[in-house]
Amino acid sequence: MSVIEMNGIQRHYILGEVTVKALNGVDLKIDEKEFVAIMGASGSGKSTLMNIIGCLDAQTAGTYMLDGIDTSTIGADGLAEIRNAKIGFVFQGFNLLARTTALENVELPLLYIRGGAEQKRTTAREARDSAMRALDRVGLTDRMHHLPTQLSGGQQQRVAIARALVNEPALILADEPTGNLDSAMSLEIMALFQELNDQGITVVMVTHEPDIAAFARRKVTVRDGLILADAPIAERHDAGEALEKWNAMHSRFMAAGEAVR
Amino acid sequence: MNSLALIRMSFRSILRNRMRSLLTTLGVIIGVSSVIIMVAVGEGSQAAIRENIATMGTNLLQVRPPRGRFVANRISPADVLKIKAEATHVAAVSGVVRHSATVAGGSGYWATSVFGTEPSYPEIRNWQIDSGDFFTEKENATKQKVAIIGATIVSELFDGIDPIGQQLRIGNTPFQIVGVLKSKGKTGMGDDQDNVVMIPLNTAFLRLERSRFLNSIEMSAKSEGEMTAAQTEVDSILRTAHRLEADADADYQLFNQEEIIDMASSTAKTLTILLGAIAGVSLLVGGIGIMNIMLVSVTERTREIGIRLSVGARRSDIMRQFLTEAVVLSLLGGLVGIALALAAVYALNTFWSIRADANPAFIFLSGGFAAAVGVFFGYYPARKAAAMNPIDALRTE
Repeated sequence: MSVIEMNGIQRHYILGEVTVKALNGVDLKIDEKEFVAIMGASGSGKSTLMNIIGCLDAQTAGTYMLDGIDTSTIGADGLAEIRNAKIGFVFQGFNLLARTTALENVELPLLYIRGGAEQKRTTAREARDSAMRALDRVGLTDRMHHLPTQLSGGQQQRVAIARALVNEPALILADEPTGNLDSAMSLEIMALFQELNDQGITVVMVTHEPDIAAFARRKVTVRDGLILADAPIAERHDAGEALEKWNAMHSRFMAAGEAVR
Repeated sequence: MNSLALIRMSFRSILRNRMRSLLTTLGVIIGVSSVIIMVAVGEGSQAAIRENIATMGTNLLQVRPPRGRFVANRISPADVLKIKAEATHVAAVSGVVRHSATVAGGSGYWATSVFGTEPSYPEIRNWQIDSGDFFTEKENATKQKVAIIGATIVSELFDGIDPIGQQLRIGNTPFQIVGVLKSKGKTGMGDDQDNVVMIPLNTAFLRLERSRFLNSIEMSAKSEGEMTAAQTEVDSILRTAHRLEADADADYQLFNQEEIIDMASSTAKTLTILLGAIAGVSLLVGGIGIMNIMLVSVTERTREIGIRLSVGARRSDIMRQFLTEAVVLSLLGGLVGIALALAAVYALNTFWSIRADANPAFIFLSGGFAAAVGVFFGYYPARKAAAMNPIDALRTE
């Protein structure tokens, strides 16, 4: 079954007299357990596409079915509910609440569970347990009482991923997740995405770095509000291995530097 | 999101910004505490005045000169005689003249008020004799130079000496002290009631007074139930005595005790309202302070709002979050203000002997008003927060 099914999606902004056509009829289908990288230069429309996939924005024309629900029919509160239950966001800038511990950050989506998901409504204790499980999945159990400022960029991004995971969403949506990270941390995060994807979670990632996109299974290229190319990535790059290689190289490099000194 | 979680969340956010929260609530703290303190002081002085006048005597009626500078005072000892002869509901009557004078005796000089009264005066005005005796009707009739002094005169001029039998000069006339009044303390306004000398009325007319008129006539009705009857009766006696036409204005003022209390406390009442109103304005300003900081806080927390929206908060959740925060802030401010006010009221009563009565109903009212201030001034910033576009909010640096 497909998680995302977009047909003829258009998004036009009206800025005074000018109409900006950010998306011009996008058809996109993403199935369960896929790992898709959306690529494109700035101004290509990939951010707009990302916002519509994430139900943060609504299309001007076309239909968007997310996990079997037509998003144009459910209103603002319905979209909020979808963001809460079906989508986990990971942002470039991590977007953690400042002066709030990792655990509390991960608990945040659980505060807003409601309505149709009544059976999922949680007590404070259950919320804490789910948040701890999510932090465990990203390997940060020992840092859960740390504040964002006490964590490295990679760790902050892992907290953000734990927050995205905590409600067991159908889809993880990552917007330039490695944009603010150095190479080693980027590889760390990509390894985590691959691991989660192997566990059966659908991941859609927007990036402009080809070497990061290479860790996905499928690459969608956007230009001028249209999908330019959409192809599976034949060769599987393992981010974990790449990280080990990088580390080995790094330590060799350091040793060499040491020797020179 | 349930309300408990909301309240917990707002406490967390308030504690996260302790300094800002304190500054925000400062206006409400000052507003609430000043409203309570001001009203407490006002009500306290009203109550003090009431109690003082209640000790002034029971079932008291008073005739005073007319109001206005150009109306002659015609209250005379003849009126007193007429009331004594004709009034059936009046138990005791005394004409009173009052002088400011410097008295000499014992260890020096002292400025005081000298009252010329009749022997029934202590009974009417509820004065007790501490030692010695009040003068008698005979001493009044024969214009004896005897004086009864208040506790302040004793402590100022006769400290450590028994004043009975001592000499006290009023002006150039030597008087013999025959009695000491029991202390009545200060009035609510801080006037010393014990700084008095009492001498027989007729002696006062002979030795001190140039005019033949009285400063007042003091009477007590036979019982509380006869107050109205006594007042009507005295009024008609005086009208006849002063030969007033049926529709002419009275050339005297006649008060009963209630009216005296109202008159004396009306200034304090006006003061209470005035002080309360000023303090109320400061509470309002405090509310505007909350709105101000909440607006800044909304702008400053744009990204937080974006994050919350992205993880599934509805607009109504954001709205409620900010509104709850404003209400919790102002309620906390209200509680701190109430605590401060109670401490201040205690301190006023204990250390400065300024009477202040903190009214519990009023405390609840101002606490509730603080919460209302939070709702009112929190609404606009909360709505502004809720109206934020998630994409823009997330993009804000």
